[in-house]
Amino acid sequence: MPDSGVSRVLRKEDQRFLTGRGHYTDDLNRPGQLHAVFVRSEMAHATVKSVSTDAAKQAPGVVAVFTGQDMADDGVGSLPCGWVVTDKHGEAHKAPPHFPLVRDKVRYVGDHVAVVIAETRAQAADAAELVEVDYEGLDANADPAKALEGAPQIHDEAPGNLCFDWELGDKAAVDEAFSKAHHVSRLELRNNRLIPNALEPRAAIGEYDPGTDEYTLYSTSQNPHLLRLILCAFVLNLPEHKVRIVAPDVGGGFGSKIYCYAEETVCTWASKKLNGKPVKWTAERSESFSSDAHGRDHVTHAELALDENGKFLALKVDTIANLGAYLSSFATAVPTYLYGTLLAGQYKTPAVHCNVRAVFTNTAPVDAYRGAGRPEATYVVERMVERAARDMNMDPAEIRRRNFVQPDEFPYQTPVALTYDSGQYEKALDEALAMIDYKNFGQRRQESERNGKLRGIGLSAYIEACGIAPSQVVGALGAGVGLWESAQVRFNATGSISVFTGSHSHGQGHETTFAQLVADRFGVPVENVDVVHGDTGRIPMGMGTYGSRSLAVGGSAIVRACDKVIEKGKKIAAHLLEASVDDIEFDSGNFRVAGTDKQKSIGEIAFTAYVPHNYPEGVEPGLDETAFYDPANFTYPAGVHIAEVEIDPETGTTRIADWVAVDDFGKVINPMIVEGQVHGGIAQGIGQALLEEGVYDEAGQLVTGSYQDYCMPRADDLPSYRVGMIETPCPHNPVGAKGCGEAGAIAAPPALMNAITDALGTEEISMPATREKVWRIARGRLAQAAE
Amino acid sequence: MYGFEYHKPSSLDEAAKLLADNEEASLIAGGHTLLPTMKQRLAAPSAIVDLGGIADLKGIREEGGNIVVGAITTHDAVAGSDVVQAKIPAMARLAGGIGDPQVRNRGTIGGSIANNDPAADYPAGLVGLGAIVRTNKREIPADDFFVALFETALEEGEIVKEVSFPVPEKAGYAKFHNPASRYAIVGVFVSRGPQGVRVAVTGAGPCVFRVKEMEDALSGNWSADALKGITVPEDELNADLHASAEYRAHLVGVMARRAVQAATA
Ligand SMILES: Cc1cc2nc3c(=O)[nH]c(=O)nc-3n(C[C@H](O)[C@H](O)[C@H](O)COP(=O)(O)OP(=O)(O)OC[C@H]3O[C@@H](n4cnc5c(N)ncnc54)[C@H](O)[C@@H]3O)c2cc1C
Repeated sequence: MPDSGVSRVLRKEDQRFLTGRGHYTDDLNRPGQLHAVFVRSEMAHATVKSVSTDAAKQAPGVVAVFTGQDMADDGVGSLPCGWVVTDKHGEAHKAPPHFPLVRDKVRYVGDHVAVVIAETRAQAADAAELVEVDYEGLDANADPAKALEGAPQIHDEAPGNLCFDWELGDKAAVDEAFSKAHHVSRLELRNNRLIPNALEPRAAIGEYDPGTDEYTLYSTSQNPHLLRLILCAFVLNLPEHKVRIVAPDVGGGFGSKIYCYAEETVCTWASKKLNGKPVKWTAERSESFSSDAHGRDHVTHAELALDENGKFLALKVDTIANLGAYLSSFATAVPTYLYGTLLAGQYKTPAVHCNVRAVFTNTAPVDAYRGAGRPEATYVVERMVERAARDMNMDPAEIRRRNFVQPDEFPYQTPVALTYDSGQYEKALDEALAMIDYKNFGQRRQESERNGKLRGIGLSAYIEACGIAPSQVVGALGAGVGLWESAQVRFNATGSISVFTGSHSHGQGHETTFAQLVADRFGVPVENVDVVHGDTGRIPMGMGTYGSRSLAVGGSAIVRACDKVIEKGKKIAAHLLEASVDDIEFDSGNFRVAGTDKQKSIGEIAFTAYVPHNYPEGVEPGLDETAFYDPANFTYPAGVHIAEVEIDPETGTTRIADWVAVDDFGKVINPMIVEGQVHGGIAQGIGQALLEEGVYDEAGQLVTGSYQDYCMPRADDLPSYRVGMIETPCPHNPVGAKGCGEAGAIAAPPALMNAITDALGTEEISMPATREKVWRIARGRLAQAAE
Repeated sequence: MYGFEYHKPSSLDEAAKLLADNEEASLIAGGHTLLPTMKQRLAAPSAIVDLGGIADLKGIREEGGNIVVGAITTHDAVAGSDVVQAKIPAMARLAGGIGDPQVRNRGTIGGSIANNDPAADYPAGLVGLGAIVRTNKREIPADDFFVALFETALEEGEIVKEVSFPVPEKAGYAKFHNPASRYAIVGVFVSRGPQGVRVAVTGAGPCVFRVKEMEDALSGNWSADALKGITVPEDELNADLHASAEYRAHLVGVMARRAVQAATA
C-alpha cells in the first residue's frame, strides 16, 4: 500500500487537463442555446438618458435585447455586498445599489448597459453595435486619494464618495507610545491595483426549465453554493431548491470568481424570459480586464515607534482603500477584517491602530484577490520594519528577531483582535538566512559592484490568517454567511469511495490532496478515492474555496466524516467479529479485535453495510457519512521569504538573483502541490512588485486593457525559487493544516521591494518597480557616487 | 469579427488580381497583426487574400552573395536557418527574439515590414543592413521603404515578395523589450559591410531611423567606446506607459553600445 499520507502523488486531475479533456464552462454547449453579448459603457461616468434597442432587435438572429429597465420591471434586485462593516461612528457602510444592468448611470468603463441575445455570438456582437445609448458625460475620477474631495460624486447614497471610515485598535495607547518613542520611522506606500487574469475567462450558461420551474446555471464559480445563496436570496428572489449551480472545471480564480456578477445573473434571468432557451456568455479577454473584480489599490501612510533597542512600541496606519465603482460581494471585508487585523505581523508590537477610509471611484469594483487584505497588511508591516532597521542602523534580521512572538507565547493575543495559535518565527528566519547565505551577502554585493551592478537583499516575515472562521466570530464582525465547510464520505458497496466536498478546486489539486487524506485515513489506495465538487446538485451545502481554507476547513470536514464512517464501521465489525464495540481498533484499513488477529477489512465492512444479511441490530444500512466543520479559530500560516536582486543601473533592469522561502503551513499532505502553490504565489507577488499595474487615466479610461500593456510575469522574469518548509501543526483542526494558497503572493512583494530599496539606497520607489523608475533612481545614485 | 470572403491564391499574379478586384480586400500572411484587429472589430476587410498558398514566397536562399528571405517566411524559420545563422547571425538572433514561440511560428517577415509597427524588430534589421525589398512590381531600398508610423512605400495592391540582405562583415542587434508585449521599446541594429557602417533604431521613434553621428563614430573606430557621449534628441521619440522619451533616448545609447559589443563577424 502506498504511503499516501504525505507524498508527492501526481495530480489525479492532470490526466484530463493535460490531454485537453477538462470540462470548462465554455466547453459546454446546451441544446438550443442562445448567445449573450453585453453592451458596455465606454464612458467612465455618465448619465444614461436613453437606450434605444429598436435597430438591434431587428438585426439578423437577434432574439431579445434587454436593458436595466426590463430587469427592474421584473423586480430583479441589486447585487449585494455580503459583509457589513460598521464604521467608527457605529454606522453601517454605505451600500449603494449595484444593478446587473444599469438603470440611471454608468460608473466605470465596462459597466453593463444592455444585453443582446442572438442565435450566434457573432450576430449578438453585430447587433450590440446597433444599440444606441444617449450618454450625458460626467467628470470621472479613478484616483482613491482624490475621491474624498467629493467631486465627482459617484453615488448619491455615499456623500463624498466615502463608503466607510473604519478603525481598529487602541488609538490612545498608540498615541501614548509614540509620545515616548526613541525613534519614529515613517513611510508613504501605494499598493498597486492588480487585475486578476485567471487563465480561463469568466463564463456562464443560464438554463430555465419551464416544466419543473427549475434553473441551472453553469458558471465559473469558486463557490457554487454561495453564488446560489446570493442569487436566490438577494437578486432574483428564487427558492434555493429550484436553482442548481454547476461549476465544473474552473481554470483559475485567485478570488475573482468568488463573486456574484452581473453577467451570470442576466443569463439566468434571461433564460426564463426566453421560455427556457439556454443563454450562454463567455468573456472576451478585454472584458475580463475591464469587468473582473480587481485587487488591492491602497494608499497608506504608516508610522512605527521604537525604543532605543529597536523594540517596536506602536504602529499607526492610515489607509485609503479604493473599492471601485460598486461594492463587489465581499469588497468591504478585504480592507478591514482581512487587513487591519494582520498589522501586528509576527511581532509583539503592543499597540496598533489602523484607520481605513474606503472610497468609490470610477473604476472596476475591487475585491479579494489572492491574499485579499493580507498582502496589503504585510506590505505595510514588512516595508515599515525594514525601514526602521535602516533608520536605526540595525541588521534587518536582528530587528525582526528582537520583536518576534516567541514559541512559548502562544496562544498570543494581538492588539488587533486575532489570537495567534502557533508558530516558530525565528526558526523560519534562521533557516531562510542559512539557505540564502545571508552572512556572505556583503561579498556578493562587492562582486556585483565590481561588475557595475547594484545588489540588494530584502526580507519579508509574513503572517496570514486563513480559514476565515469561526462562523460566530465572523458573524459578529458583519459577515452575512457562516464560514464552516461540509463533506460527505461515501463508501460504495464494492469498496471504492466518493468524497463530496463543499470546497472548490480551480487549480489547487483538491482531487489529489483530499483523496490522499481519505486514503490515508482509511488505509486504502489513493486510486480508490474520487473527489466530487462544484455542483450544488451533487454536494452538500458548502462554502467554496478562497482564503487558503480548503484543506484546513474543508479537509477537516472530510476527516470528521471519515471518523464517523470508522465509528459506524466499528459497530458492524464488532457484530461480525462477535466482539464488543469498545474492543475494536481501526488501523491500516482493518478493524481488529484488540490484542487478537481477528479482523475485517474496511472493504468487507462496506460491503456488509450495503448487503446487510448478517448485521447488527439498530444500525442503519449503508456507509455514507456527512460532516460539517466549523473551526475554532483562524489558522496562521507564516514564514520568511528573502529576495536577492542585482540591478543594472544602465537600464534599470532588476534581475532576481536568488529567492528563498521558508514557510510554515502546518501539516503538509502533498509537498509537490504545496510547492506549486508557493511558486505560483511568488510569481504573482513578483508580478505585483515588478510588472503589474491596472492603470486608469484621468478620464477613467482603462489604459492597461490588454496584454500589450498589462504586464504579466513570464517565465524569464522569474528566478528558480528555493523552497524550504517547517511544520508547526495547527493545534485546533484535525488535519493540522494551516493553508498555503496565498502565502507566496503575500510574502513576495515586500521581500522584493525591500531588496530593491536596499540596492538603490532609497525607500522612494513604488510598486511596480518598473525598469524606468529603477533607472531614474540608479542614475542619481551613480552620479552621487561619481562626485 | 465581421464577415468576410476568403481567398487562397496560388500565385502572386492571382493574388494581385484579387486585390485589384476587391476594393476592401486585405492580404493576410501570419495573421498575428491582422487577426487581432479584426477580432476587436477595428478592421473590417471585405475579403482576405491568404498568401500562404504561394510557394514562391516561402523560404531562404543565397543569391549573388546576398541572403534572400521570402515574404511568408516565419520568424522561427529565419531564426533557425543554417544560412542566416552562418552569414548574418545577428539577423537570426533578431528573428529569434521576436515575441514568443507562437508569434514566431506564425508571424512573417513580409507581414512585419508591410505593417511597419514602430516597435517591430525587422525594420531595424533591414535598415541596419541596407536590405532591398522586392515586391511584385519593383525593388525598394530599405531606407526608402519605411516611411512613417505604420506607413510604407508600398502602393495600393503592391505585395512584398522577398527581402534581399547583403552579408555584412560585422553586425549586432540589441533589444530592450517591452515586458508586456515583448516588442522593442528600443532596438538598435549596427553593421559594417557592403552598405557601409549603419546604425538603425527601432522602437524609440514613430518609425525606424538611422543615427548618423553614431555611424560616423563607428566608421572611424568600431568599438562601443566610440559611441560614448553620443545622444539622440528626445523630442521626437515615443512616450507611453512603458517608457518616457527621455528613457528611450538614453536606451538608444545603451543598446547601440551593446549591439556593437554583441556584433560578430
Ligand atoms: C503577442 C505578440 C507579440 C509580438 N512581438 C513582436 C516583437 O517582439 N517584435 C516584432 O517585430 N513583432 C512582434 N509581433 C508582431 C509579429 O511579428 C507579427 O506577426 C508581424 O508584425 C506581422 O506578420 P504577420 O505575418 O502575422 O502579418 P499579418 O497579420 O498577416 O499582416 C499584417 C499586415 O501586413 C499585410 N501583409 C502581410 N503580408 C504582406 C505582403 N507579403 N505584402 C504586403 N502586405 C502584406 C497585411 O495585409 C496586414 O495589413 C508580435 C505580435 C504579437 C501578436
